[in-house]
Amino acid sequence: MAHMTPTPVLDSTQDQTMVLNMGPQHPSTHGVLRLLLEVDGETIVRIMPDIGYLHTGIEKTCEAKFYQQVVPMTDRIDYLCPMTNNLAYCLAVEKLLGLEIPPRAQWIRVLLNELTRINSHLVWLGTHAMDIGAMTVFLYCFREREDVLRLFEAVSGQRMMTSYFRIGGLALEPPLGWLDRVKKFLVRFPDNIDEYESLLTDNPIFVNRLKDVAYLSAEDAIALCATGPTLRASGVDVDLRRDQPYTGYENFKFNVPVSKVGDVYARYLVRVAELRESQKIATQALEGMPEGPVKADAPKVVLPDREKMKTQMEALIYHFKIVTEGFTVPEGEVYMPIESPRGEMGYYVVSDGTAKPYRVHMRSPSFANLQSLRKMCEGRLIADVVAAIGSIDIVLGDCDR
Amino acid sequence: MALEPAITDIAQLKDRPEVAALLAWNSGAVENVKLDRGQLIIWLHRTALRDACLLLKNDAALQYNALADVTCVDWHPREPRFEVVYQLFSTANKKYLRLKVRLQGDDPSVDSLTPIWPGANFFEREVWDLFGVRFDEHPNLVRIMMPENWEGHPLRKDYPVEGYR
Repeated sequence: MAHMTPTPVLDSTQDQTMVLNMGPQHPSTHGVLRLLLEVDGETIVRIMPDIGYLHTGIEKTCEAKFYQQVVPMTDRIDYLCPMTNNLAYCLAVEKLLGLEIPPRAQWIRVLLNELTRINSHLVWLGTHAMDIGAMTVFLYCFREREDVLRLFEAVSGQRMMTSYFRIGGLALEPPLGWLDRVKKFLVRFPDNIDEYESLLTDNPIFVNRLKDVAYLSAEDAIALCATGPTLRASGVDVDLRRDQPYTGYENFKFNVPVSKVGDVYARYLVRVAELRESQKIATQALEGMPEGPVKADAPKVVLPDREKMKTQMEALIYHFKIVTEGFTVPEGEVYMPIESPRGEMGYYVVSDGTAKPYRVHMRSPSFANLQSLRKMCEGRLIADVVAAIGSIDIVLGDCDR
Repeated sequence: MALEPAITDIAQLKDRPEVAALLAWNSGAVENVKLDRGQLIIWLHRTALRDACLLLKNDAALQYNALADVTCVDWHPREPRFEVVYQLFSTANKKYLRLKVRLQGDDPSVDSLTPIWPGANFFEREVWDLFGVRFDEHPNLVRIMMPENWEGHPLRKDYPVEGYR
């Protein structure tokens, strides 16, 4: 974060270039991203992202909390996909503990993860289109996003900071009738995607604004540590849901959309195709939803049901012990990467055998993907920067942590 | 699912292709090996890191062509104090590999990986900012998260959670 002394990164020694400051309060930077642009007329010579405005030291805070208390922290990193972050952290700690998660909990996790992806991609689609000038799509996307948020609220009590996944399973069984509500949403959602596409995909203004803009080759994408749709739109076929299956993704059939073109329009097409795939996965999860418990059978780690606490002494004791002194995790370390809507979301958790994590590190996709911006924009026009930022779909909370 | 004990014996793991390739190249570079919860960890000597990464990247079979993450762990007050952790990924084989470098507490520094992966830039700046580990030959090693005039490196274990003030 260089806002204290906004100087040394770019020096315009040559007469014809000037340094332009874009952000941190700029509507198209999707949060508080500041860009230093060195421009020659309308052409960008150099571009320098300046981040850190939202840094809250979450990694440091995690070290002072019990393992179960870290779950709410993970929501607040990427506020557009809280469930993905919950999941990555829970999977990492479950791997450290060697916990087995019951199938029903796994399937609900998959279902909610795909709904989260839909939620996140809808915000991306709406804001990206609005940056380009297509105002209407934003309203359409937020209409469906509202439905998804209501589903989250019904299941977890919260629209955004859900904290619904817990170490060892889920917080609660979903309420009665919730699965039917999800089904209703999923049945009509493909029509909604058609609606967005009819507004954008063949719209000449939109297409002209995006095609051949902010090109990123496959080699550059890999070298710059890009992941997720940004990488797949450059022709690299990597999707951790398929390549490193977690939480039961190996039971689902889905395609991984890949494009070899590498421009903003390709990234748009890949993400819209992902919306359709997410709908398919979520439908499969609903149809094959197994019965059974939603919490692992590990009384020392998982909080007991409320009913048991009122009738059984042991349950009450376990509850008291978990809440007051946490649970210990065997020594070791785990890196748990999962496919978030933006790319590889990795949690690196180190345990020293106590009830508090020794180190929690979040490898966030926005942080890594932002580095591609330079390659995408240099030599292009200023107006294309807005399209490029939208196309890498950054969330600054995720970026700065 | 009971936890299997971690394997730390280099003799048992020397048949792993990653370990075998590194041992065949320079057996002095590999300090330690560990297989924990199915994840392979290789400790390298700090001077061998960049060449080892190049080797793993260019090996026709292994192809660890992507850098997924760089971070650090502070083991204060133990020495060597810092452990810089690299996660490599192979987009061809879809496999992860963890490399580690141990560094002494006074003036810790290691070779930057930006010549191999330009994307290491932000990650290494973050480690410098929050841990104070220097990366030699990094093109722009300045703070990235904290303000420029900040004193100290917040993720070090001797830095209190609430800060000094």
